[in-house]
Amino acid sequence: MSSPVRPVAVVAFAQAPNVRREDHRNEVEMLMPVVEEVFSKVGMTKDDMGFVCSGSSDYLVGAPFSFVMALDAVGAWPPMRESHVEMDGAFALYEAWTQLQEGDIDTALVYSFGRSSPSQLEKILALQLDPYYLAPLWPDPVGLAALQAQALIDAGKATEADFAAVAARSRRDALANPNAQVKGGRSVEELLADDYVVTPLRRHTLPPISDGCAAIVLAAGDRATQACERPAWITGIDHRIETHQLGARDLTTSPSTSAAAAAAGLGGSGAGGSGPGGGARVDVAELHAPFAHQELILRDALGLGDDAVVNPSGGALAANALMVAGLTRIGEAAQRIIDGDAERALAHATSGPCLQQNLVCALAATPEGGA
Amino acid sequence: MSGSNGTADAGAGVGAPAASGERGAVTTLETPIHIDYAFTAGQAQSRFLKGISEGRFLGQRCPKCQKVYVPPRGSCPTDGVATTDEVELGNTGTVTTYCVVNVPFQGQSIEIPYICAQVLLDGANIAFMGLIQEIPADQVRMGLRVEAVWVEPDQLEPNLSSVKYFRPNGEPDAPYESFEEYL
Repeated sequence: MSSPVRPVAVVAFAQAPNVRREDHRNEVEMLMPVVEEVFSKVGMTKDDMGFVCSGSSDYLVGAPFSFVMALDAVGAWPPMRESHVEMDGAFALYEAWTQLQEGDIDTALVYSFGRSSPSQLEKILALQLDPYYLAPLWPDPVGLAALQAQALIDAGKATEADFAAVAARSRRDALANPNAQVKGGRSVEELLADDYVVTPLRRHTLPPISDGCAAIVLAAGDRATQACERPAWITGIDHRIETHQLGARDLTTSPSTSAAAAAAGLGGSGAGGSGPGGGARVDVAELHAPFAHQELILRDALGLGDDAVVNPSGGALAANALMVAGLTRIGEAAQRIIDGDAERALAHATSGPCLQQNLVCALAATPEGGA
Repeated sequence: MSGSNGTADAGAGVGAPAASGERGAVTTLETPIHIDYAFTAGQAQSRFLKGISEGRFLGQRCPKCQKVYVPPRGSCPTDGVATTDEVELGNTGTVTTYCVVNVPFQGQSIEIPYICAQVLLDGANIAFMGLIQEIPADQVRMGLRVEAVWVEPDQLEPNLSSVKYFRPNGEPDAPYESFEEYL
């Protein structure tokens, strides 16, 4: 199911400031103010929620069932309908959206938390790879992303200056985002003077290590319009995954993103949409591209033209709390609609190495999504 | 086992040759994993652990339901609100339930059989796990009144090994009704 049988909207979004290391608060203490804020925006409490769904990964903090303990930030009494995905919160939102389509509940709380700082990410992220042939080699995520970036260069699709341009724009845009972690006004020329971390990736093309959390309230039909003057209606949402075998993929393209976009009603590249790049026309796109070159692949897969407004929040290059950055893209895109700055928006979330799995969410100021 | 340097250290098990000169199927694959973590206790647990290093139990009270949690985690799991009101609990409590451990395991430091119990510290609204000693295992019972035995003051540390165990404090057993809510 990818287009709604029942209109559901994002009615509130809240997030914690992303920081390099949250060393004073535990997960519950991080989440509580964010959950409180998201509820206060719509005058609701946990008792108004028909469903609660969270996204996080126990591997990040090395604590089994940390997602169960995190529920203490919500308060699970009286007993509630609750679920969790060991994934980015964007995928928890997909589960909540699906539940809301069933029609017996009208509201849902979605939250995610991620602490990327307590351990060695290069090892933890290697554990998501194929356990027989890849994980035992401990390939680190920057190395894998570098293979993808080099493939883009070799295919003549992008240059290192293109990567730097994405980073420069993201950091500049992040200056206006109080929750962003990496921001600044360095030019493309200045960024290109950086040393390589792993060829052809320089520091600025890498995401920061961030700790953070985010929460969204979803509401259906009349409950959405009662709770929020201008809800961000989800007009389509879908996610697709590609093979775990990196060698079997063309890393310079993202067919799973194109397929998810098409299923979400957003066309995608070559779909003949009215957008400048052939995709659907949106006022803003929030793309979860942890590495600078991945934004170029996603733009292409989504048919977004050069003039599309992409990641005005600064994106994942400015703040990348694992398990949170994808949900934050949906929240940032929805907030533009709620605030009246956009009529139609696209949000994207990714998971796995080199954009293996991709979720695309279409948002609009009307349930019909008219452009 | 694998070093923490993250290099591959995989071993493979190969089955017996199926026929002469032929290698059998790979039946097992070992891929050792070792990851170090820095644990963040958080504000409430840090207060609790600091209290432990001073030889006292510190809990926190929910401003909504008034329940006192120990160890506190910063929120009331029932109401989902921050617990900010700190409460010092007594050194005594009641065994609400317990089990007798008869199973030896690697690294065991206590002689079996021994008692692992839930102790409801006086003033708390949630039971606390501890060992019960200085009483034969078959005499431990629900409602037994106990007190905490701490390590020597100069050995106190911000972790639960500072509480050696609980032992009977000589008071009459607590009536069942006084702890039935905490089972």
